[in-house]
Amino acid sequence: MAGAIQDLTTLRNATRPRRATEEGPLVRWALILVSVAFFTAFLLLPLVAVFAEGLRRGAALYLQTFTDPVTLDAIRLTLITAAIAVPCNTVFGVAAAWAITRFEFRGKQFFSTLIDLPLWVSPVIGGLIYVLLFGSQGVLGPWLQAHHWRIIYSTPGIVIATVFVTFPFVARGLIPLMQAQGVAEEEAALTLGARGWQLFLRVTLPKIKWGLLYGVILANARAMGEFGAVSVVSGHIRGLTNTVPLQIEILYNEYAFAAAFALASLLSLLALVTLGVKSYVEWRARQQLEESQS
Amino acid sequence: MRRILPGFRLTLGFSAVYLTLIVLIPFAALTAKAFSGSWHHLWEVVTSPRVVASYQLSFGASLLASLINGVFGFITAWVLTRYSFPGRRVMDGLVDLPFALPTAVAGIALTALYAPNGWVGALLAKVGIAAAFNRLGILLALVFIGFPFVVRTLQPVLISLSEDVEEAAALLGATRFQTFWRVVFPAALPALLTGITLAFGRALGEYGSIVFISGNLPFKTEITPLLIVAKLEQYDYQGAAGIGLVMLLASFGILAVVNGVQAWNARRIYRID
Repeated sequence: MAGAIQDLTTLRNATRPRRATEEGPLVRWALILVSVAFFTAFLLLPLVAVFAEGLRRGAALYLQTFTDPVTLDAIRLTLITAAIAVPCNTVFGVAAAWAITRFEFRGKQFFSTLIDLPLWVSPVIGGLIYVLLFGSQGVLGPWLQAHHWRIIYSTPGIVIATVFVTFPFVARGLIPLMQAQGVAEEEAALTLGARGWQLFLRVTLPKIKWGLLYGVILANARAMGEFGAVSVVSGHIRGLTNTVPLQIEILYNEYAFAAAFALASLLSLLALVTLGVKSYVEWRARQQLEESQS
Repeated sequence: MRRILPGFRLTLGFSAVYLTLIVLIPFAALTAKAFSGSWHHLWEVVTSPRVVASYQLSFGASLLASLINGVFGFITAWVLTRYSFPGRRVMDGLVDLPFALPTAVAGIALTALYAPNGWVGALLAKVGIAAAFNRLGILLALVFIGFPFVVRTLQPVLISLSEDVEEAAALLGATRFQTFWRVVFPAALPALLTGITLAFGRALGEYGSIVFISGNLPFKTEITPLLIVAKLEQYDYQGAAGIGLVMLLASFGILAVVNGVQAWNARRIYRID
């Protein structure tokens, strides 16, 4: 039945005269063709290439990549890094979004520009600043060396650089949402006697959960995939300070192409899952916003 | 000032301390290191021929890539918001792929495609064009990573344009192209410029995808972020800091352009109202 109705509408669309606010079919299909061709050549083809190159030497070699202890170490370090950086930035993002959307204060514009900064500067700068701060020639270098603490060329440096490149995501996801939702419900809860954490956990958090999740998954994707900043602070010590993207570079430079692409396909899968969850969460967040506004 | 809701001191205090530790202090260290020698030395470092060649390449390739993205991004945003065709939703979801795909993965994938023995590279080699390990490869990688910016800034604007205006234009006798060029395009122009500027800014700082495809030849295919890494590898911290500072100033310049475009647009809308 639904199919029949669909057929009828297409039929009607095909025979009705063109409306004044749309293009002729020739222009329309030409534009669609151009954009699909561009999209396929520039976005789809590289994605397909990753999987094709990874599987070129067969599934056995593909799977063998994931049994290599050095690769497993890289995966472990990537997971640890994301497990530290993402929660830290989630707390920061919620706090910053609460301060920015709930209060007026001097320097708010500057504060909000500062939050966007990592989206603006090169990831290389994100690594460089910590080398200049904590490195052996850096400001804190001699003091750290005296206490035998290593930050640069070690796990803490990788975590800090990852925190730097990922801290805007949660705040950026929440600020427009919390601005649009307003404070009416929080104020109502306040008059009913809700206090502090109670107010946040039982009124605000349920309202913002989809927006929050949106920021968290984007931050996580970036944390697990960051290359530039981490590459600068890691110093490439095999097995000790290699994250997955750095391990891909090493394998690639050693001409272990199949292994490099197999590992790359793992991160590509993560990217595809991230995009899928993102589309779903965007849809839920929109729904939630419409509910709270109606 | 009304501060009815709780948590002002806690949230602002925490996030301000966090930002100071993660951003402000390290940036101060960068600036201090850049100026740790003499002014003369700093100037010499950031204007040496190899560094200037890298600025020219980075700016030129980023500008060209963002303009290409302006054209195809506009068409894509238009097609995604106005037409329905099979695969539209999948395409809409995958536009963000360059955001989500790690740059190292994009780098090796593009290199594999455009290398002389790659799927596309082999075709190009037949007509005598070398893409990978050449400036063309840098351009292709920058087009890839900048693509979502133009599409994503234009989409909401194209959706929010009211159909009434286009109907009015048609009633007044405008052809479809005139309506587009004189009614729709001016309304979308600020978003297009913002998107192009964002893509340009992202391209300027890009490192991960370029390092694989460019071949990294000084004076020929060496972009500025790569030169910072090269300086660090030679333990020339001051030189790295100096070039880093130049890039940072360029980023602030781009930020100022974006804010300028938005302010111009706000004034323009105010005048129309």
